[in-house]
Amino acid sequence: MQARLEDVTMRDARELATQDGPLVIRGMTVAYDRKPAVFSVDATFRPGRITGIIGPNGAGKSTLLRAALGIVKPLAGQATFFGTTLSRSRDRVAYVPQRASVDWDFPARVVDVVAQGLYRRLGLLGRFGRDHDDMVKAALERVGMEDFSARQIGQLSGGQQQRVFLARALAQDAMLYLLDEPFAGVDAATERAIIKVLKALRSEGRTVIAVHHDLSTVEEYFDDVLVMNVRKISDGPVGTAFTPEALDTAYGGRLEQGTRDPQKALA
Amino acid sequence: MNGEDFVTFSLTPLLIGSLAALACALPGNFLVLRRQALLGDAISHVVLPGIVLAFLVTGTISTWPMLLGSAAAAVVAVVLIEAIRRFGRIEPGAAMGVVFTAMFAAGILALEQSDTSGVHLDVEHALFGNLESLIWLDATGWASLVDPVALAGLPPELFRISLVTVIIGLCLAVFWRPLAISTFDEGFARTLGLPVRAIGLGIVIVSALAAVAAFDAVGSIIVIAMFICPPAAARLMTNRLGAQVAWSAAFALIAATLGFTLSGSGPAWLGSEHAVSAAGMVGTVAGMILACAALFGPARN
Repeated sequence: MQARLEDVTMRDARELATQDGPLVIRGMTVAYDRKPAVFSVDATFRPGRITGIIGPNGAGKSTLLRAALGIVKPLAGQATFFGTTLSRSRDRVAYVPQRASVDWDFPARVVDVVAQGLYRRLGLLGRFGRDHDDMVKAALERVGMEDFSARQIGQLSGGQQQRVFLARALAQDAMLYLLDEPFAGVDAATERAIIKVLKALRSEGRTVIAVHHDLSTVEEYFDDVLVMNVRKISDGPVGTAFTPEALDTAYGGRLEQGTRDPQKALA
Repeated sequence: MNGEDFVTFSLTPLLIGSLAALACALPGNFLVLRRQALLGDAISHVVLPGIVLAFLVTGTISTWPMLLGSAAAAVVAVVLIEAIRRFGRIEPGAAMGVVFTAMFAAGILALEQSDTSGVHLDVEHALFGNLESLIWLDATGWASLVDPVALAGLPPELFRISLVTVIIGLCLAVFWRPLAISTFDEGFARTLGLPVRAIGLGIVIVSALAAVAAFDAVGSIIVIAMFICPPAAARLMTNRLGAQVAWSAAFALIAATLGFTLSGSGPAWLGSEHAVSAAGMVGTVAGMILACAALFGPARN
């Protein structure tokens, strides 16, 4: 009975999702030591799209994501996932933290980390069975890490570690993927592998939101962008929101003066 | 030593010492992995004034007043640290150090002034433990293990440490997955809906429980070695968390049994007539295990 009730609310929420979007942020304000890191940001992320959160270092991009997920406590504002609260939609939300946010010396193998993505299925004492094993294996294959499953995570390269984090999120089988700097400090092969997975997720109807700071790849990787620097500067499809004016405002003249083309601005 | 003497003078201290080492080593794994090893030190120091306070109020050294006293001392410590950090403009580490050492010192003064002649509670024992005195006087040999009258005379510390070790083992087994996930990646754990603050607090509470229960065996200074040495050595033996915890348990048991045995017989082998402090030897052996693991452990990287 309990399970059936949950199914019904899941379906209701999915229907709502088409109206409310997988993630809606309203009036989000976060401060560290009284200095605002994120100030009154509103954003509506569209389903089935890959959205990049763009801005300079210290613009509050990761903080916005972490506040939406309840990892840091906002001063004001709220985030709605699939038209409801995060705690009621955790099974549909997967988060890939910054690679540098954990200690990779931790005694765990690649499979142990990926299996963490199955926690909500397994619960405290649920038995880890063959089907769970298969899920872990499938997730590792999607990121091309199946040959490393027994490796200690500290013995991987940065790119491999990033792929393990992505595999853990894939094991969660979520509808919304939130990634914090998934391309930071990874090799070219990993970058290609990750973007391929993200595009595959999109074609499966899932939503991807990634914090990103490499302006040269924005048009290639993302459908939508949210340009911010503490405040929101612009958002929408890359063609209309990723403008030289928006970047000028976000980077405050730190980009080459007079450059109107973001591609050249970076070069 | 014949069987009769062994059961009377060595069996219970061995058991109590082993269980105390185990009770500390198990949560110690997570303290070390969370880089909170000094928290174990802090807890064990705060336990002393708590226990003295409980003794001064109740006049006995029984389990529940000791636990409550320690808990009260822990709360006072947390409040003081926060106050000093805020009003003293001192960094958190320094505030911690000041509070714990000051409270520990006050505990020693209170202990000196109080009349503890009737019970096993004096400064030396509080600091370095009292393992040798936890003997089973009612035992007459191995047969006593099935003799209800003799069993009733077992030192109460044995029941206390057994209960605590079982509780800690159960907590670890039941909450294994949340513990592992939130220790490795707190942000991710939060998005799974895990109560990471409660988990962190739970580890502190369980460690405090272990520190109080191990107080009789190894005292409040050497207990820190039991929290840190076995897990730190175990980390150098394996790259898997489950195996690390198993290794730490094995190392804790080795340190306790070998340490206790050496303290009684070691000096005699060297021609000395005096036995040395059992807790001191247990701590020393634990340190030597860590040194060996650091030199030869297969997972040193």
